[in-house]
Amino acid sequence: MSTSSRQVTRRQILAAGSAAALAGAAPLRRALAQTAPLKVGVLHPTSGYLAQIGQACNRGCEAALPVLKEMGYPAIEIMNGDTESSPDIARAAAERLINAGAQMLVGAFESGHTLAIAQVAEQRGIPFVINIAAAPQITEQGYKFVFRNFPRAGAIVGGTFDLQKQLFATSGKTPTQCVVLHVNDTYGTAIKGALNALFPKYNMPYKFSDFIAYDPKARDLSVEVAKAKATGAEIVLAVSRLNDAILITREMVKQRWEPWGVIAAGPGWYENQYMKTLGKLGDYPISCVPWFDPRKPLAQKMVDTHLKMFPGQTVDTNTVYSFEAMLICADAYKRAKSAAPQALVDALKTTNIKDSASIGPGISFDAKGQNDSLGLAAVQNFGGEAKVVLPLASSERNLVFPVPGWRNRA
Amino acid sequence: MLLDTYVNQIASGILTGLVYGLAALGLSVIFGVCKIVNFAHGEMMVIAMYLALVIFRWFGLDPLASIPLVAAVLFLFGYALQAGVINRLIDVPDHMQFLLLAAIAIMIVSGCLMIFGPDAQNVPLSYAYDSYEIGPILVDKVRVFAGGGAIVVAGILTAFFRWTRTGKAIRACADNLTGARVVGLNVQRLFALSFGLGTACIAAAGCILLMLVDVHPYLATEYTLLAFVVVIIGGLGSLTGALLGGVLIGVSEALAGLLIDPSLKSMFSFGLLILVLLFRPQGLLGKRVQ
Amino acid sequence: MTSTWLSDVPSRGRLLLAALLAVLLAAPFVVSSYVLSVLILVLYFAYLGQAWNIMMGFAGQLSLGHALYFGLGAYTAAALYAKFGVTPWAGMAAGAIVSAIVGAFIGALGFRFRIGGVYFALLTIAFAEFTRILFDHIDWVGGTAGFFLPVSNRDSNDLWNLRGDPTMFYYVWLAGAGGVLALCRMLLSSRLGYYWLAIREDEVAAQALGIDTFRYKIAAVMLSAALTACGGVVYAFYYNTLFPEPIFSVARSIDMLLGAVTGGVGTLMGPIVGAFILTPLGEGLTIALEPFQEVLRLDGIKQVFYGLCVVLIVVFQRHGVWPYLARKLGLRQLTGART
Repeated sequence: MSTSSRQVTRRQILAAGSAAALAGAAPLRRALAQTAPLKVGVLHPTSGYLAQIGQACNRGCEAALPVLKEMGYPAIEIMNGDTESSPDIARAAAERLINAGAQMLVGAFESGHTLAIAQVAEQRGIPFVINIAAAPQITEQGYKFVFRNFPRAGAIVGGTFDLQKQLFATSGKTPTQCVVLHVNDTYGTAIKGALNALFPKYNMPYKFSDFIAYDPKARDLSVEVAKAKATGAEIVLAVSRLNDAILITREMVKQRWEPWGVIAAGPGWYENQYMKTLGKLGDYPISCVPWFDPRKPLAQKMVDTHLKMFPGQTVDTNTVYSFEAMLICADAYKRAKSAAPQALVDALKTTNIKDSASIGPGISFDAKGQNDSLGLAAVQNFGGEAKVVLPLASSERNLVFPVPGWRNRA
Repeated sequence: MLLDTYVNQIASGILTGLVYGLAALGLSVIFGVCKIVNFAHGEMMVIAMYLALVIFRWFGLDPLASIPLVAAVLFLFGYALQAGVINRLIDVPDHMQFLLLAAIAIMIVSGCLMIFGPDAQNVPLSYAYDSYEIGPILVDKVRVFAGGGAIVVAGILTAFFRWTRTGKAIRACADNLTGARVVGLNVQRLFALSFGLGTACIAAAGCILLMLVDVHPYLATEYTLLAFVVVIIGGLGSLTGALLGGVLIGVSEALAGLLIDPSLKSMFSFGLLILVLLFRPQGLLGKRVQ
Repeated sequence: MTSTWLSDVPSRGRLLLAALLAVLLAAPFVVSSYVLSVLILVLYFAYLGQAWNIMMGFAGQLSLGHALYFGLGAYTAAALYAKFGVTPWAGMAAGAIVSAIVGAFIGALGFRFRIGGVYFALLTIAFAEFTRILFDHIDWVGGTAGFFLPVSNRDSNDLWNLRGDPTMFYYVWLAGAGGVLALCRMLLSSRLGYYWLAIREDEVAAQALGIDTFRYKIAAVMLSAALTACGGVVYAFYYNTLFPEPIFSVARSIDMLLGAVTGGVGTLMGPIVGAFILTPLGEGLTIALEPFQEVLRLDGIKQVFYGLCVVLIVVFQRHGVWPYLARKLGLRQLTGART
């Protein structure tokens, strides 16, 4: 655990509350002293069913601190909040962090939590930089304090379609049908909506044979997988979480279903825990996700620092976007020269970071607070690691498609 | 959709349903005899699952093989709980009884959370990915074992109730409590015994379920509800009814998933429960409710 | 009017009640924002507990699915506001009507088919769960993706649209809790109240006396449902975020009745006392365990202690804490208590 992060305790909040009441000018003093470290409240699900991912995001944030220091940015102090995999608790955690003095918020991975926190940020007037959350409505509410450095569902789907075309071209195999298995939560529903809306515009060679939704808390996905198998589709487009990805894979093995491949448009399939749990059976799914650009120097520095601080932990989407969120905060603070909310917001609006770590021309926000220029990569699992296979220019390994059957893996 | 798929899923549903039925058996025994509504049912099953998990990790024992041990542990737990705590509150109003068991349930879930953490954990069985192929049917080996295990345990329980003296005594208590007292049965002891038997049954179901599903502390609530649905549909006081109810739920979930939307599976079960409660509250095979 | 209304309450009781009211009215000006949020929770549970108590305590029907009415109220008013700009107070009326109808339906089904006790409780759970999954699939109000009320950074309070800071909501909840208390008191001293007590104590005897038990039981359910729905509306406008899972879940139904059962079902002050005990108990445990949490990181230990406390309360005060407390304070219990 990095020394500059700390859990916010109730006693601290009570103390902060009474101190603030007694010393009314405190916020103003904090705003003027810009040599003081910026207090950033980092909100992720570090307990509950998304715990693994929340912890990965936190590691990404912590890995940013030494790199930012080296680059000459002002210091940042991380205050951790646990959104505990529930929007109610996410909102309460955000309130607590703000009461304890957070000057900016970063979070929250899960779209539902992020929406709840965005409301708090907007109501309390504290800038909120979203590291990961794809639901389009987050930046459609007209909020002035919310900024998102992550592609929206539409961009993810568009990027996935493009990568799929490259996939078919490179491998020489083109499917006629695709079945969609998606989790029935904020993210899954957003992606499904985007799939339907964008399909006519992209001229894909296949048609969707079915959209099969399942409960995020489902313990048994045999019916869903059976239904998907029965469609006869050659490829599966999966929109899942970590646990469902594992369940789906197991069911596919048990039901002896060997499509050409699973193409995921979201988390779960490239996660460390997925590969650890399934071993050889976890190889070869392809995930079309926003990722770091292996050619960019900052990305390389991030990977090196992360490996040094957290040996054995992989670097993936969660890492790079959490890392960049801290970069955005530090950059805004440096240019604003003050921690006053409005000054930070104005600085955020004019963010223009060319040397980023993610795929794309850089970080800047449009009028709605959205960064629409981010790109996707296709990563494939090989022996416990996810490697970039497309676009070919950035690929780290050769694509394998169609993937080997279950029985052909020792 | 291919006939194959339907047949496979129905077969799967039957086998899973047998496990649900076994879980409901425990509830049926406790409710039928002691007239206690065990709202901590799912939580006790989760304890059993964790015990089986630990045994697997330390000794490498297949969950099926750990049934006797885990059942014994939970039998003692149930016996002690009934004799020590619940017995004192035998005449409290329904809602207090409910509150008591709900509080116990909270304690159990949190205890599991403290000890095992929130992540879903599973037993990686060596035959986890094997399946049997019988003509067009492709069934999971694990599911076959699970269904088989459920039938065996249910059989043992039925035999106990039908052919042993204690078993008959317990049935007497369930049928007519006053009469049982009149003929001199030690009702207190029999109540505790029944509660213990019920929890032992839940334990067996838990061990078997661990083969099919990953365990985590929050699994409990939905299984409590599921057990109630099965018991009411199958009929209180009938062991075959519980199994039948389980199979019915298992199959209907599979069919609902295939025909409509898989995410509407549970809605179907609750709809079924409402219909049964309204039109045949004693369930399919139960006796008329007083 | 107040003097006759509270005439059979001993003067000590009236004094205590007045003192409590004074403290609660002044609280927002004195306490920190954290304590204020805890007090809001207390009043929220006191309100909902009383609403639930009407059905259980006065008409004797155990409902474990009250989250259904809560959610219906919340979604109805939220949808009317977000989609049509209708003020939440009108939305509240709409939500209350919807819930009352649904409650009447469920009650009628249960009572007509003579379903009692735990079977009725399970029926209520089934309806709530059914509705939860149904709302998961209603995309017009967001489905699983959630329904969000528009918010903005504001400096003033808007009571008409229920947009404002926590202090405003505090007073709304206080008015609600106090209002329901007054309502229950009035009802209990009325004819309806006596019919309810008769039905609760011995339904068969009540029927023999010519009381239309079916009608009055339905009335209790409808009132309870309508009041719960109003609570749901305020909740929706306070949190601005609605998801079917937490709103309609069994866990929420249980939360709503914990206070009432702990304090004393069927009594007037029971739900209030219960709320004042349980919420601070939960928060207090979290604070007390914090120093240990930083060292040991034992998630869930708070709930273990919480559950233990509730078990102890049930074992030692099986009729709830309020009757015991009332005796200790030297108050004769306000009408409506079990003997």
